[in-house]
Amino acid sequence: MTAMERPEGSGPIDTDVVIIGAGPCGLFAVFELGLLDLKCHVVDILGKPGGQCSELYPEKPIYDVPALPIVTGQELTDRLLEQIRPFNPVFHFGERIDALVRQEDGRFLLTTDAGKQFLTQVVVIAAGGGSFTPKRPPLDGIEAYEGTSVFYSVRRMDDFRDKDVLIVGGGDSALDWTLNLQPVARSLTLLHRRDEFRGAPHSVNEMRRLVGEGKVRLIIGQVTALHGEAGVLTGATVKTSAGEEIISVDAMLPFFGLTMKLGPIADWGLNLHENLIPVDTEKFETSQAGIFAIGDINTYPGKLKLILSGFHEAALMSQAAQKIVYPDKKVVFQYTTSSSSLQKKLGVK
Amino acid sequence: MHFIRGEMVKITFIQPDGTAQTVTAEEGLTVMEAAKMADVPGIEAECGGACACATCHVYVDPSWREKAGAPSDMEEDMLDFAFDVREESRLSCQIKVTSALDGLVLRVPAKQF
Repeated sequence: MTAMERPEGSGPIDTDVVIIGAGPCGLFAVFELGLLDLKCHVVDILGKPGGQCSELYPEKPIYDVPALPIVTGQELTDRLLEQIRPFNPVFHFGERIDALVRQEDGRFLLTTDAGKQFLTQVVVIAAGGGSFTPKRPPLDGIEAYEGTSVFYSVRRMDDFRDKDVLIVGGGDSALDWTLNLQPVARSLTLLHRRDEFRGAPHSVNEMRRLVGEGKVRLIIGQVTALHGEAGVLTGATVKTSAGEEIISVDAMLPFFGLTMKLGPIADWGLNLHENLIPVDTEKFETSQAGIFAIGDINTYPGKLKLILSGFHEAALMSQAAQKIVYPDKKVVFQYTTSSSSLQKKLGVK
Repeated sequence: MHFIRGEMVKITFIQPDGTAQTVTAEEGLTVMEAAKMADVPGIEAECGGACACATCHVYVDPSWREKAGAPSDMEEDMLDFAFDVREESRLSCQIKVTSALDGLVLRVPAKQF
């Protein structure tokens, strides 16, 4: 039975392979594994496929993908999705694998931050620079307020009811939450370093209307210090062209974009080297049998962080993964140009 | 002055504690690349120069601001993600090394995200 036929909520999803990361290497791994009859589930913390290609530089041209003299990050992602479609990968976006536990039968039980579980024979870590996490402003002592007064996302709007809320940033997240929280907050201050906003024009106009009506206070400046005690924020020092002032604040939402952190992978008992995962260059296997690492997140002598290297790593890793899932199968190497069985899998025959 | 291809240009990075480090950069590189090659502390360049992370933030010495130029719109947008942004802020991945910048002085911020 394949994982896809299992209804949600009936225990762990059973699969051959879980790929962590839906960037170009994770996506291409679906292809190489698929040719070898391995079914994949792909988990990514972002809400969409493409990893850094679509999150950091969707419009940037890439010039070193073989046979594509020029391709943007988004185009590359779209083409990979098209290429892997015959293999019906199941995507789990907006989730992060938090725990990995090897079972007695050698399989791995993976649990996401949303509580979803997978039972899998093979784990492929294709997590690039790590999982995207919100940037923490380098303010002294900010850690003490995180989760109590400083938040990087809004889980429940009601948590901000009757609070003096400070939102920092000039993009869509900052604007959207300004508009959404203004009606519930006691006061809402939007702080941005310049009087120009990157967000959707409609949101900018709406924010300016609220500022005009006196419902939102807009300050052009930057936060330089936090004040409070025992995790309870009481104020923030704000630097503007007029000087510094301390404003009264119960809750702060900083939106300074995302950064990449290795995250929970560090706790899975893998050998690490400077936040990278050492692998061999035959199978791209980590220090734990059955767990592979491909793409930017691995390291080995001569490693180059190139998309094309990640593709090569995916192909070799897949051969090793097949031996784990089908230990008795005689492996016959085949080409997609001539093999009718591969062409059938690709849906072209 | 004639434009000589591949001319070496001197760039000085001043750390928040006042330590100065002068690096030699080949024309055509970006200032970020020159800093990374010389392991200048505080220039992280997490995204590798795609103008997508703001971790190569520098302050251009006032006497060099005109020659270094102003940030593009895209760079201004990305500077929104930097910390303690000032009038003289630039992202070093967006400054191309040219002979006109020989002697350039840059300050590394106390805190990079």
